[in-house]
Amino acid sequence: MQEPSASEQSSATDKTETNGSPEAWVPHSNEVVRIVEMFRTMHLIRAFDHAAARAWHEGRVRGSVHQYIGEEAIAVGVCANLRRVDYLASYHRGHGHAIAKGADVTRMMKELFGRADGTCGGKGGSMHIADFSVGMIGANGVVADGVTIAVGAAQAVKLLGEDKMVAAFFGDGAINRGPLMEALNWAAVYKLPVLFVCEDNGYAATVRTASVTAGPGIVARALSFGLRAETVDGNDVIAVDKMAEKLVGHIRAGEGPALLHATAHRWYGHYAHDKNLYRDPAELVRDRADDPIAGCSKWLVENGVAAEELKAIGLEAEAMIDGALTASDASPWPAPQAAFTDIQDAGAMSWQK
Amino acid sequence: MAEMTYADAAVLALQQEMQRDPRVWALGEDIGPDGGIAGQYRGLQLEFGPQRIVDTPISESTMMGAAVGAAVCGTRPVVDLRYADFGMCATDEIVNQAAKIRYMFNGQARVPLVARQAIGIRKGIAAQHSQSTEAWWVHVPGLVVVAPATPSDNHGLLKASIRSDDPVIYLEHKELWPVRGEVNPDADPIQIGSAETVTKGNDITIVTWSSMRYTCIDAARKLQEFDVAAEVIDLRTLWPWDQERVLESVARTGRLLIVHEAVRVGGFGAEIAAEVGEALWRNLRGPIRRIAGPRSPVPYSQPLEDLFRISSDQVSDTAAEMVRSAAA
Repeated sequence: MQEPSASEQSSATDKTETNGSPEAWVPHSNEVVRIVEMFRTMHLIRAFDHAAARAWHEGRVRGSVHQYIGEEAIAVGVCANLRRVDYLASYHRGHGHAIAKGADVTRMMKELFGRADGTCGGKGGSMHIADFSVGMIGANGVVADGVTIAVGAAQAVKLLGEDKMVAAFFGDGAINRGPLMEALNWAAVYKLPVLFVCEDNGYAATVRTASVTAGPGIVARALSFGLRAETVDGNDVIAVDKMAEKLVGHIRAGEGPALLHATAHRWYGHYAHDKNLYRDPAELVRDRADDPIAGCSKWLVENGVAAEELKAIGLEAEAMIDGALTASDASPWPAPQAAFTDIQDAGAMSWQK
Repeated sequence: MAEMTYADAAVLALQQEMQRDPRVWALGEDIGPDGGIAGQYRGLQLEFGPQRIVDTPISESTMMGAAVGAAVCGTRPVVDLRYADFGMCATDEIVNQAAKIRYMFNGQARVPLVARQAIGIRKGIAAQHSQSTEAWWVHVPGLVVVAPATPSDNHGLLKASIRSDDPVIYLEHKELWPVRGEVNPDADPIQIGSAETVTKGNDITIVTWSSMRYTCIDAARKLQEFDVAAEVIDLRTLWPWDQERVLESVARTGRLLIVHEAVRVGGFGAEIAAEVGEALWRNLRGPIRRIAGPRSPVPYSQPLEDLFRISSDQVSDTAAEMVRSAAA
């Protein structure tokens, strides 16, 4: 990273005062403020997913919980370049995307707890969180399906003449599904404002993706369809932010879709009940050395942010998630009739037969 | 009123809906300059341009996935999947996405799209182009399933389907494309879920849909010669289906024959028979019967394909036998 310029250093913002700890009165540059915010969101995601997995092991959360821990920098770095009105389509490992897009963590936790005031009224759960109020149009339980939905969202944006773009997140396991190949071609053919984000943690569930993938991978595939495609170190939130800024600029300028290939590590199993036993313990240790939060913290300290301030941010995130857990436990279960609403208009209630 | 074909009635309906609502658009293979495999989009790209009548690559998954995305983001797409046989290439997007999004997301979004996919046997196009898949879709919560038989119904039901906030599986029959009939261009959309009583009668109820409507009307005419008054009901919509109308009729006639081209085993006729049997077994004067397709792929060769076509004689003979053999 470059040192902040003199003009940046002099432009302190309100954010520092409202969000910083008392020790941080030294004005931060815009760049530092931005990175502090990304640091804060990464912490929030990590705290959320630690808590979600814990609650799963305690039996308070059901179904599948796919932790995003180790990959936080990708969602955060990309979403730092999106606006609230932009759309985001996610996949099964989607908590981080929703949080980075601005979804409320308490309502999300309530959703995992299956409660009436969860993001989706307790009807979706971890794999089906959507929050349309922040442009998060859905996590998805079917690998690569969110990507085809994303290109359609972009087509709607174009048809309605809206000033929006769409981000489509997927894992490296998705690169071998046909619909993803279709969608890359489709987005290029219609020059749609879509940023495809491949989060490459090296594993398709429990299988090494490289062992089942021919050719050089997703970037080559995207380039062959005429997309702009770049690889970035997905452990480095600053690098992700910079690269996303470039690609988002390309898309917003109307130059067509782009793909960001971000490499990172999945610290835990495919889901909470996967003990990761098929992985070399040494690999897991190496993975953690690339901790995106630690890396970001180091940069911030080097750039004048007090370690105490960063520590406070982490504690604040954990406290917020503790509050979300407490609120989730206290939240009401959905009323029985909720099971049979929002199926469809025509023939409504015919489920009773 | 104007006389037109079943295909032209669909063109008119889509044209009117696109004029009425700028959020309506269509996507699919060959619907642009070609105007669709049966002319069911003829002229629309000239009027509305390639942004709203979109020729797509042969990518059924993305056609449907994109329609879902475009529907949840404020537009009302009509997807053309050509044949029901190719609709299967988009089954995941229909079943796992279109049908479930409103529910999973607790009503934050609706999925107002129409998936057109033609069903039925037609002139030797054989096993992968001849299937009638309506029962598959009826089984999926969240979907509406429509199968119009006349030009007028194709007009009124396509309009209704486009205005519906539910995802609609819209099944036109390939052999009906050239069928001519009167259409009132100014007619209101036909209410989804409403059947039509095509002929009145008190001796037997014949429930059918799609192209079998014509076969059953023919059969009813033949039955008249034997003083049997058959009540033919064209369901028009299979989900939701007009139970009230069917139950009222069978309560009166005491006899029910169901006729459909799709495979009999697990076909939608079985559902109708079960519902009517549960509700009206005391009123029935004999067993409910079905005439439907064999559980076999559709063959190519004409004499073999003919074995898969249900004739009006089969229908009238069966109905006459039911009336003769039933308890008084």
